[in-house]
Amino acid sequence: MLTLDGVEIEQGDFRLTADWSVGAGERVAIIGPSGAGKSTLLMAVAGFVALTAGRVLWQGGDLAGVEPGQRPLSVLFQDQNLFPHLTLAQNLGLGIDPDLRLDTGQKARVAAALARVGLEGMGARRPGQLSGGQQGRAALARALLRARPVLLLDEPFAALGPALKAEMLDLVAEVASESGAAVLMVTHDPADARRFAVRVVLVAEGVAQAPVPTAELFANPPEALRRYLG
Amino acid sequence: MKTLPLAAGLACLATLAAAETPVLTVMTYDSFAAEWGPGPAIEKGFEATCGCDLRYVTAGDGAALLARVQLEGAGSDADVVVGLDTNLTALAAGTGLFAPHGQPPAKSLPVTFDHPLFLPFDWSWFAFVYDKTKLAAPPASLEALAASDLKILIEDPRSSTPGLGLVMWVKAAYGDRAAEIWGALADNIVTVTPGWSEAYGMFLEGEADMVLSYTTSPAYHLIAEKDDSKAAAPFAEGHYLQVEVAGKLAATDQPALADAFLAYLGSDAAQAVIPETNWMYPASTPAAGLPKGFETLIQPEKSLLFSSEEAGTLRAKAVEEWQTALAK
Amino acid sequence: MADRLGKISAVLVALILAALTLGSAAVTASRATSWSLTPADWAALRFTLVQAALSAGISALLAVPVARALARRRFRGREAVIRLMAAPFLLPTVVAVLGLLAVFGRAGPVNQALTWLNLPGFSIYGLHGVVLAHVFLNLPLTVRFVLQGWFAVPAERFRLAQSLGMGPAAQFRHLELPMLRSVLPGAAAVVFLLCLTSFAVALTLGGGPKASTLELAIYQALRFDFDLGRAALLAALQFALCGAVVLATLRVTQPTGFGAGLGREVPVFAPGGWRLWADGIAVLLTVGFLAAPLLAVALAGLSGMGSLPSGLWAAAGRSLMVAVISALLSAMAALVLVLAVLRGARWLEAAAMLPLAASGLVMGTGLFLIIHPLLPPERLALPVTVLVNAVLALPFLYRALLPEALAMQADYGRLAESLNLRGFGRLRWLVLPRLARPLGFGTGLAAALSMGDLGVIALFAGDRAVTLPLLIQRLTGAYRMEAAASASLLLLLLSFALFWAFDRMGGRHADA
Repeated sequence: MLTLDGVEIEQGDFRLTADWSVGAGERVAIIGPSGAGKSTLLMAVAGFVALTAGRVLWQGGDLAGVEPGQRPLSVLFQDQNLFPHLTLAQNLGLGIDPDLRLDTGQKARVAAALARVGLEGMGARRPGQLSGGQQGRAALARALLRARPVLLLDEPFAALGPALKAEMLDLVAEVASESGAAVLMVTHDPADARRFAVRVVLVAEGVAQAPVPTAELFANPPEALRRYLG
Repeated sequence: MKTLPLAAGLACLATLAAAETPVLTVMTYDSFAAEWGPGPAIEKGFEATCGCDLRYVTAGDGAALLARVQLEGAGSDADVVVGLDTNLTALAAGTGLFAPHGQPPAKSLPVTFDHPLFLPFDWSWFAFVYDKTKLAAPPASLEALAASDLKILIEDPRSSTPGLGLVMWVKAAYGDRAAEIWGALADNIVTVTPGWSEAYGMFLEGEADMVLSYTTSPAYHLIAEKDDSKAAAPFAEGHYLQVEVAGKLAATDQPALADAFLAYLGSDAAQAVIPETNWMYPASTPAAGLPKGFETLIQPEKSLLFSSEEAGTLRAKAVEEWQTALAK
Repeated sequence: MADRLGKISAVLVALILAALTLGSAAVTASRATSWSLTPADWAALRFTLVQAALSAGISALLAVPVARALARRRFRGREAVIRLMAAPFLLPTVVAVLGLLAVFGRAGPVNQALTWLNLPGFSIYGLHGVVLAHVFLNLPLTVRFVLQGWFAVPAERFRLAQSLGMGPAAQFRHLELPMLRSVLPGAAAVVFLLCLTSFAVALTLGGGPKASTLELAIYQALRFDFDLGRAALLAALQFALCGAVVLATLRVTQPTGFGAGLGREVPVFAPGGWRLWADGIAVLLTVGFLAAPLLAVALAGLSGMGSLPSGLWAAAGRSLMVAVISALLSAMAALVLVLAVLRGARWLEAAAMLPLAASGLVMGTGLFLIIHPLLPPERLALPVTVLVNAVLALPFLYRALLPEALAMQADYGRLAESLNLRGFGRLRWLVLPRLARPLGFGTGLAAALSMGDLGVIALFAGDRAVTLPLLIQRLTGAYRMEAAASASLLLLLLSFALFWAFDRMGGRHADA
């Protein structure tokens, strides 16, 4: 279980609090107006943004002082998820060993992960030779290889068209349920949340509210959400 | 595997043998030790007789040489210093780093020069060199040059021995009128270069009508390049001398070898090498005479040279005079 | 572990830099017997400032039209022109002066043309000659700086400006002027610094004792007067000046690169009409101004090819070795510093800039005084030359690396951290590939600079460690001007070849 225990983030005028938990294997969307702090919250969980107060816990253990790369999570950023100077196989390999010393078995796992996301045989290509959707798949394949119990998505598919984005979200859902990973996904699109998330966190006016079942939230939107949905 | 210690032992022996050959370290200026300078031939000749290993350590030009001697001080590895200019000998003597050379005086200088610490090995007169094909009637004196609108290149007395030589030349010829002469020369000077090579190179490229060099400079073009177009202009005031000297360092660990080297430097064998490598006159003309071509050079009637002590006391003031006159 | 290693080595590099620049000056000063500056020294200070300010100002002003023309025009040979921009900076100063004299000297084509037109001749000697030479040497560098600035303005901004109906003048005011305001001061400051420590140019073209620079005064104090105290004082003065300039620029401007990453081709709005003509003329004049002296050096060098001395190839080999080793050392040190600065050790930035302010002559003298009691200096001539050249080239490498390193950090820092990519894995899989281009460019620059450097070797050289520049000096010291010209041409070709090879190697490893 991932717990945000009395979390407070302050950056100048900006302030955000969160105090809730997400269970293992749960899929949660984080939604809210732009500038409300959705990404900041995600980055705080990932360890890139320092907390002013409170704790982030995984299975009861405090993550304070744990480097981002050591945390039990994988992140898909808005962009720059792949190193453009490395091949897909190398990019994925980094998920297994940051020194890229892979044995035959590990190389096979890389190939299998590529195949799993529909990029079979493309290991030798560089990201620049792929479409945006394929790049997203490759990044997802790396998260698959890392097999961390939490997956953080910071709108990685925002630039894709609606059909492609839906396809990617379905793939994420599949992959996550296969591995039993919890997913926290930032989005500004209510349709994404409806399609993908079991529960939704609304971030507005300095508070990341506790997750509410998706259907419930949209059936009876609070004032802040109504203003956002327009 | 047994050969390894054997080889190591042999290598050790070889090093020992090498260490037993005494090493004479000669500090000199760059162009002396260069492959086209007198250094290699003198090294070969001396090593044939001394049973020693002669090594050169170089330091830019004559001026840098003295700075290097001072920089190293009494801890210097050098035994002999070759290539100081007489204008700097007072300064060099003042360091207390040199020991008497004990050699007989040089025989072929146009003036008497007998200094206990410094032994001349070559010399020439400073002169303005020009191209006969471009300048038909060169000026006949420093004053005439100053009055003309000819363009000249000179060297900086603060960084080169020819530059200092010219300042001394004007001082020796005109004494208190030196500043006035410099004032008159100012509009003839194209530029002042850091060393001889820049000035001479620029002269050859046609940057000026005349360049401060030596009466022996045309010999290089005549003998090495078969080009007789260069000449030195004789000046009525007389010509200041550059006498290059060698000295023994007091702290040498090879005093006997140093003495032997200085004796060799004054011998016919070494002196015969000088004219066509350093393009200067040997301090003692060898029995075989000078190479063919040297007889075509001008022979100034009057030679000017301050004694070491005079040069030592005059130097700073004369350079300041020069600087003030040209800075106007 | 590896991160701590990086931190320790960065501090070590900074200490070595401080020891070599500040420490050597202190050692020189410790041997001083008197402490005084002459009126001539103050005059030298004035002249130094005036010529450096003029050279920097003019280089910056001229760079603007040239860089703009290169940024917004596409023509055949444009790549070659940009490549030519590296050339003068790589030239050994002495060779550059010879080339300039061949063109602008009394017997050069410029004066011949003036005579033919019955116009008064032009003398290159004096303040204007010094400035002309400095502009020749530094204009290309400035152009590369400014060109970088142009490429950094996103094409979308120009598109936006055009869609708003802005004409060229309005675009200049709203887009280009703000960019220039952030780029030009830094570029001018670097030129100012380079000219502040200028030596050979001022000496040869200055026209007399009026045109003495501080570095020249240091040289004279060291060589002729053997006044170590005066040399150290002058060095301290020069150091304070440079330090002030470095600090001022660090405050005023963002760090700017040295022109790596020119590969980014963003089409910029290109107005026609008289502006097309103006751009064409700017490019043509610059190419003529830069290429003519180079051509003169090449022509002069060809004639003496027959009379090259036998020691030439050994000297060339030695120079190449010194250049490659010192460039690689410098690259490693610069990389270590840049990575430490990325991790937040901003104070190291000052260490990286130290060598720009140091006097090479004083550094050499200090090292000599340290080494001499321990070992015969000539035995260490080459290692010391390698070390000093590496130190002197470091600021350029550092400046070349920093912008790309900052971009790398911004773009991929979090990704690398989230993948736990650190230590040698990070170096191998992220840093080296991402920085290959500026690393190649900077290492090439360092190698070429080291190739042509004469500074320290002249103080340390015995007869067994002759490098190519030293050989050239010896040739010219013995009437062998033709052979010297040929050796200079060889030096020039080798410098360019080294630069080209490293630059290309970097480019090839960065194809992504």
